[in-house]
Amino acid sequence: MTWFRWVLLALVAGLFGLFAYMLSQPKEEFVESAMIGEAIPAFDLPPIVPDRPGLSSADLADGQPKLLNVFASWCVPCAAEAPNLARLEASGANIVAVAIRDRPEDVAQFLEAYGNPFSRIGRDDISAVQLSLGSSGVPETFVIDGRGVIRYQHIGDIRDSDVSVLLAELREAGA
Amino acid sequence: MSWRLLLALLMALAAPAAAQDLLPPAPYAYRQIEDPALEAKAQALMETLRCLKCQSQSIADSDAPMAGDMRHQVRTRIAAGEDPEAVRAWLVERYGDYVSYKPAVSATTWPLFAIPLLLLLAVGLILRRRLGRAR
Repeated sequence: MTWFRWVLLALVAGLFGLFAYMLSQPKEEFVESAMIGEAIPAFDLPPIVPDRPGLSSADLADGQPKLLNVFASWCVPCAAEAPNLARLEASGANIVAVAIRDRPEDVAQFLEAYGNPFSRIGRDDISAVQLSLGSSGVPETFVIDGRGVIRYQHIGDIRDSDVSVLLAELREAGA
Repeated sequence: MSWRLLLALLMALAAPAAAQDLLPPAPYAYRQIEDPALEAKAQALMETLRCLKCQSQSIADSDAPMAGDMRHQVRTRIAAGEDPEAVRAWLVERYGDYVSYKPAVSATTWPLFAIPLLLLLAVGLILRRRLGRAR
């Protein structure tokens, strides 16, 4: 029966090894959307600023791949990613946006201060579209292909190194 | 302490408050459904759904604006006659199993249910062999 004890010892040691390893790993803070590969759910949001139209799911299935930026004027990282959104727009990306729980005057002020790379901005006062996308915070950026299928999700602000990744995902989606 | 320093401190304290939206909560974030039976169903469901902003709380426990918006979704859907499990499935479809606190057997969770059963079986076998030998 000694071999049995050794097997038992190895199992227990393996278990504690697993505990030690998992405890040393950083916690996964983000909840990823399970909607990648799915068609964007139907929605129709009114505009929030006078110089940009609102956003509907039909606008996202017009044949041209787009970036969908989920943002808010009260969100600090959203201001931080503004220069990189401008770079994406300059590289030819069509960027549409959903403003989460925001007031028109605050959005206008935010766009005045940090630039407006968006061709459309929908107004989502109760995070309804955000929840239907499986998005759990601001900012988040989705790549939507020309048929309106969600192809990629970027969580958090867009850093310098993320610009080329998003452009590549956009190309892969058919841009 | 000079008034300048005090002002600087006050401004430092004010900054985090700005990173919160100014809109009122969604209509059904803090309002119950008029029908108490439906509200009870909604409440039971909300206690088993994870707040995505404050991940150790349920949306029934959390005051995060997003949890309020999720409660609004749950209450309006249940008030419209949807089954609580259909509402849970709607959220799981979007956020994965993680959004639900209700244990469910799935492709990734089945070992959690199978291992205790196997261990009990092994203990039973070992006990039977030992007791059998003692007799």
